[in-house]
Amino acid sequence: MGDHSHDSPTGSDVVAAAGQSETERFQDPGIPPHRPRLADTDPRAAKRAERQVAILFAVSVIGTLLFFVGYFAFDPNASIGTLRLQNLFLGLGTAFAMLGIGVGIVHWAKTLMPDHEVSEERHAIRTEDDRVAAEKIVEDILEETGIKRRPLIRNTIIGALALAPLPAIVMFRDLDNSSLSVDRLRHTMWKEGVRLTRDPSGTPIKASDVTIGSAFHVIPEGLNESPNKLEEKAKAVVLLMRLDPAALHPSPGREDWGYNGIVAYSKICTHVGCPVALYEQQTHHLLCPCHQSTFDLTQECKVIFGPANRPLPQLPIKVDSEGYLVAQSDFHEPVGPSYWERG
Amino acid sequence: MSASTASTNYTPKTKVGRITNFVDERVGGSGILREFGRKVFPDHWSFMFGEVALYSFVILLLSGTFLTFFFDPSMTETVYKGSFVPLKGVEMSAAYNSSLNISFDIRGGLFMRQVHHWAALLFVASIAVHMLRVFFTGAFRKPREMNWVVGGFLLILAMAEGFTGYSLPDDLLSGNGLRIIDGVIKSIPIVGTYISFFLFGGEFPGTHIISRLYTLHILLIPAIILLMIAVHLFMVVVHKHTQYPGPGRNDHNVVGYPLGPVYAAKAGGFFFIVFGVVALMAAAFTINPIWNYGPYDPSPVSAGTQPDWYIGFVDGALRLMPGWLFGIPMEWHVPLPWGTNTLTLNVLLPALVPAGIIFAVLFTYPWIERWITKDNREHHVLDRPRNAPTRTAIGVAGFILYCVMWAAASSDLIATHFHVSLNDVTYWLRALFFIGPIIGFIVSKRISLALQRKDREIALHGRETGRIVRLPHGEFIEVHAPVDEYKRYKLVGFESPLPLPATPNAQGVVDRREKRRAKLSRWFFEDRVAPVTPRELEAAHGHGHHEEIAAEEDKKAVIR
Ligand code: HEM
Ligand code: FES
Repeated sequence: MGDHSHDSPTGSDVVAAAGQSETERFQDPGIPPHRPRLADTDPRAAKRAERQVAILFAVSVIGTLLFFVGYFAFDPNASIGTLRLQNLFLGLGTAFAMLGIGVGIVHWAKTLMPDHEVSEERHAIRTEDDRVAAEKIVEDILEETGIKRRPLIRNTIIGALALAPLPAIVMFRDLDNSSLSVDRLRHTMWKEGVRLTRDPSGTPIKASDVTIGSAFHVIPEGLNESPNKLEEKAKAVVLLMRLDPAALHPSPGREDWGYNGIVAYSKICTHVGCPVALYEQQTHHLLCPCHQSTFDLTQECKVIFGPANRPLPQLPIKVDSEGYLVAQSDFHEPVGPSYWERG
Repeated sequence: MSASTASTNYTPKTKVGRITNFVDERVGGSGILREFGRKVFPDHWSFMFGEVALYSFVILLLSGTFLTFFFDPSMTETVYKGSFVPLKGVEMSAAYNSSLNISFDIRGGLFMRQVHHWAALLFVASIAVHMLRVFFTGAFRKPREMNWVVGGFLLILAMAEGFTGYSLPDDLLSGNGLRIIDGVIKSIPIVGTYISFFLFGGEFPGTHIISRLYTLHILLIPAIILLMIAVHLFMVVVHKHTQYPGPGRNDHNVVGYPLGPVYAAKAGGFFFIVFGVVALMAAAFTINPIWNYGPYDPSPVSAGTQPDWYIGFVDGALRLMPGWLFGIPMEWHVPLPWGTNTLTLNVLLPALVPAGIIFAVLFTYPWIERWITKDNREHHVLDRPRNAPTRTAIGVAGFILYCVMWAAASSDLIATHFHVSLNDVTYWLRALFFIGPIIGFIVSKRISLALQRKDREIALHGRETGRIVRLPHGEFIEVHAPVDEYKRYKLVGFESPLPLPATPNAQGVVDRREKRRAKLSRWFFEDRVAPVTPRELEAAHGHGHHEEIAAEEDKKAVIR
């Protein structure tokens, strides 16, 4: 048993433990004597442990059988309740099958396998010799290549190696197989005359349908037929609300963006883009459920709490000849989260 | 004499011998068995976390492979025709459709999904706890610094693997998670918008992201994880395992059980136990019931939804950051020669800075501590956390920082659960973000020192037995049972270094760096409780039971 506890520590470096010389320390008494377990001395206890292990393995067998019962006894295409029950059977079966084996083996190891602690010496990870030899080999190899003496070779190979991976990076250019225009983030499906329709059905909304205090989730007419439905929807969704016109405080130039107290705002949070789905009627606050940015509808959706910085963009609306709500134009600024080129 | 002649001379007598001989004569391997068959491994409950991580990874490989046979990583629109009635006829992506089919129409599919998800949560959790164990016991010290770094990469990879997996079913929740990621990526200056385009193959959500994440999730990241695990375990074998301090244990030996049979049996058995526990969770607790969420749609979202736990801290950081700070906007419009660009610090800072700090400190900590303490020795005996009070306090501070962010990801749940205003919860958490780590540092350091003093007390005067006796002259005392020399050695056999003052370098000058190091060393070691020395023990016994003296000794031992 290698007991070296009173040697000086490995390495000749600074010993940080100033003030505690070895004589002031306790002697290591060594590994405590082995205490025999019951099964080591009493054959009856050993027999008992043996039986326990066997029972645990038997539990595992029962678990496997339970799994098969769960797998075959249930009618596929049944209700979700039946499915849950089947899941329970499969899970419990697997659990018993695994725990039986696992607990059995561990119990076996703990009670019946020798539990004498033994000590083994640690060997140095490396020897001084090896390191010196390795260093010399590296030096020799470098020397034989002559790379130090021939800077022309060195510099050209560095240049070549630096350039060679570039094609591998450029190849990923077509991950977005388009012109890469940042401008597309500025435009949505909204334009003059596009009707505001209900999400998801796509039925148009009459101004008279919108009573005070009500709110509509809105998509542009024709979205459901668009080939890029989800991408367009991710930018174009709008919340439509009506409140007492006196409660609104439009800034100069935006007085006619609503209609009789009906206003439409982008539903895409200006923080990182979740849908701002919660409208508190009493306070006229819009709340984003993702990080709780709160926008005040009466102040043109200014941020009054949370991590968002910018107000929700407003969609200017009006009423067409048939009384349906339509957009006056697209949004006047990009919707959703900020990005570098947004300006 | 060559090996082949040697082997012909050897005739095995038993069946095992014949098999080993057959294998060894062809491919060798007896040497390895000889080296490792009885290799000694120290045993301690806290060494199990790494094993849990390894085993849950194996479970992930098994269950994940099953899922790949039925999962269709495509975003092509289809109409649901499976057996889950509420979604019949709904338009959805093929990915979501196939995830529903795995859940409802493949027998055992739901079980496998739940096993996979629970194992994923356990995988990341066990890596994290394993790292905490390594940190608080000082197991990252020389020669194990590089393995600590490998472990850090494994943690990041595990989180990435978990996030890519979480996104695959393409349900409403995971789609929203991707939308948040898209918003965070767009906040990166200069390249962010393009990274987003490249990732999604155009505008969010596009039709490519699921198949791309799929390749990452089932090929690239698992392969790297596997490689890293191999490197990690190889280094464990090279270094041999650390051991807790105690009688007979020192930096030059390993005390424990031989690999075969005890250790191998315990570790092997433990695999089945971990599998069994995961199966039990999958049986009893529903996780990620994607059928309740519906297919991804950019418009709806439900309140109170949570990402998987390991992503929580980033989400929480996003919530804590205010968009306006004392009336100053956190989004800046930077005028540049070609126009105005947008720097959206309210997203960029919380997404990058806290995680950046945590991981930067995590990766460099072994070198920082080695520089401060100038301790360049090899350490194979662990520190009990109380015996390294400052390190323990640093760890606790970092842990609390993490926990505050993590709690912030549930700020809305905290608010509704405790019936307080959401805004107040956020304000409190913002304050805790700064104060919490400081309080944690101070309190945990005090606790470490108190525990050390208690150890001294026990080493000097024995354990309190709770038995009160009356002495002849009337005084009542509690009987203290002396500890035996083995127990005592565990309490006294540690180092308590003194601060290391600045020393001149080779040129004989004390440079600024060295001065800074000396200051840090003082900060590190100035509060210390010295281990009991044999002389003190003698004195304590010589004076009989007197508690006052002991208290006095204690005061002396605490040098401030
Ligand atoms: C190593 C760590 C891994 C982690 C942390 C992890 C995590 C996850 C998570 C959280 C999910 C979502 C599960 C759900 O609720 O549906 C998932 C899905 C999935 N994973 Fe993994 N996974 C890992 C390894 C693997 C491997 C190695 C494979 C395949 C060889 C795999 C294949 C899959 C598949 C096909 C799905 C989608 C199945 C579905 O959602 O129905 N995973 N993964
Ligand atoms: S996305 Fe709305 S608050 Fe973060």
